[in-house]
Amino acid sequence: MAGPRNISVSEASRPVLPRHAKLKYDETRKVWVILAPERVLAPDEIAVEVLQLCDGQRSVGDVSDQLAAKYAAPRESILADVIVMLQDLADKGFLTEIREKTS
Amino acid sequence: MSDVLPIIPPDSSDSLAVLEKSRSTAENFGIPLAVLLEITHRCPLQCPYCSNPVELDRSGKELTTDEWKKVLSELAEIGVLQVHFSGGEPTARKDLVELVKHASDVGLYTNLITSAVLLTRERLSELADAGLCHVQISFQGIEEGLADRVAGYKGGHRKKLEVAKWTRELDLPLTVNAVMHRQNLHQLPDIIQMSIDLDADRLEVANVQYYGWALKNRAALMPTVAQLDECTGIVEEARERLKGRLTIDYVVPDYYALRPKKCMGGWGRQFFNISPAGKVLPCHAAESITGLDFESVRSNHSIAWIWQNSDAFNRYRGTGWMKEPCKSCEFREIDFGGCRCQAFALTGDAANTDPACALSPLHETIFKQAEREAEGETNRFLYRNFAGGTLESENGA
Repeated sequence: MAGPRNISVSEASRPVLPRHAKLKYDETRKVWVILAPERVLAPDEIAVEVLQLCDGQRSVGDVSDQLAAKYAAPRESILADVIVMLQDLADKGFLTEIREKTS
Repeated sequence: MSDVLPIIPPDSSDSLAVLEKSRSTAENFGIPLAVLLEITHRCPLQCPYCSNPVELDRSGKELTTDEWKKVLSELAEIGVLQVHFSGGEPTARKDLVELVKHASDVGLYTNLITSAVLLTRERLSELADAGLCHVQISFQGIEEGLADRVAGYKGGHRKKLEVAKWTRELDLPLTVNAVMHRQNLHQLPDIIQMSIDLDADRLEVANVQYYGWALKNRAALMPTVAQLDECTGIVEEARERLKGRLTIDYVVPDYYALRPKKCMGGWGRQFFNISPAGKVLPCHAAESITGLDFESVRSNHSIAWIWQNSDAFNRYRGTGWMKEPCKSCEFREIDFGGCRCQAFALTGDAANTDPACALSPLHETIFKQAEREAEGETNRFLYRNFAGGTLESENGA
């Protein structure tokens, strides 16, 4: 039931937006938004692209691979940016992750 | 639509800026992002600080299921993103599941703001299946003695705890809403812990705002300055300690402040609500201001037209309506002179400066009186009901 708390985003994390945070294109204002309880966040273009790839299956590393290939950009700097953005979202309480079973 | 202007793009320095409602509407009165739907005034609880007007809408005046559905479709169409189903007690409406389903179908993010006492697990599960995104449950205290006395409803607290548990079992996110006042502020640390124990994502620590019912009960509710300072300290400590675990939103009372609050983000700038009878209001207390004529969704005007053009919304927009000391004040576009309903309730004219402002000539008098009340011994409540209120008996309850 309860999503994991205090998520620390790393290359191996498999993040996904929780049920209460919905990524949506706002047709009226022509912007992407994340709808959450009593909040509306405005992710920038890169954040939207990252979040569309975050399905709970792909790892942060996989997402960075895809973006690095797409933009022909250095993977390491993309990975660093993706982690910062996702950690910010996690700290705001709008990110959950699928965890590997450890026991 | 030409009259719905875009949200200001996110701040380039922050890839996940929180959209501030004021930024979306600052100069152009674009349609608000979220709308409060008070679908009924009926409620089994009798909280003495209820935010509903003292003159409640009777059930016969409530919009029908089809009328609410039409409202929901229209809201989605004009660019509203979130709706809060509130009341009264929204679960008192038999058609709530149908309304939530319709809201989801038209793409709205749905919140349920509830006292929880009427919910069964089955009905909550139906609401989840209908697409409900988030549940907010009000708590009146930490234990049933005080909590049930404040709500005027025996067994309420226990039921709330049960429904909060079901909420998380159904994987719905939970907000705990705690309305705070002199008689329960000492329980704040335990309320924070209760929110953690209930696995809530969010806690609203909302100090009572003194309009309507709460104004009638001010002598029984007003906290002392010392209590409030302590409360602020507790919230600040908990926010730091629980970062990433529990979001705490904090609504401070304005009575002891020097600056008034920017109520509703400014009249008609970023918020409206719809009353049970279908009135479109700039704030849930707006009907307490006499002499304003509020348009209804039952009129032949669209909601967007009412928002943009109706007299009630335009009356206190901007700064043109202001008198001194607001008119020439350097803060006039920061706080818009505070709260119009409070100005009306305490001075008799909604265009006066809200007495919460230290620049109001009435500030001293009114807030000294509040301070005296806070130190007083009057703890009996006037309970909220359709009959205009019932005084708590001498021995409680």
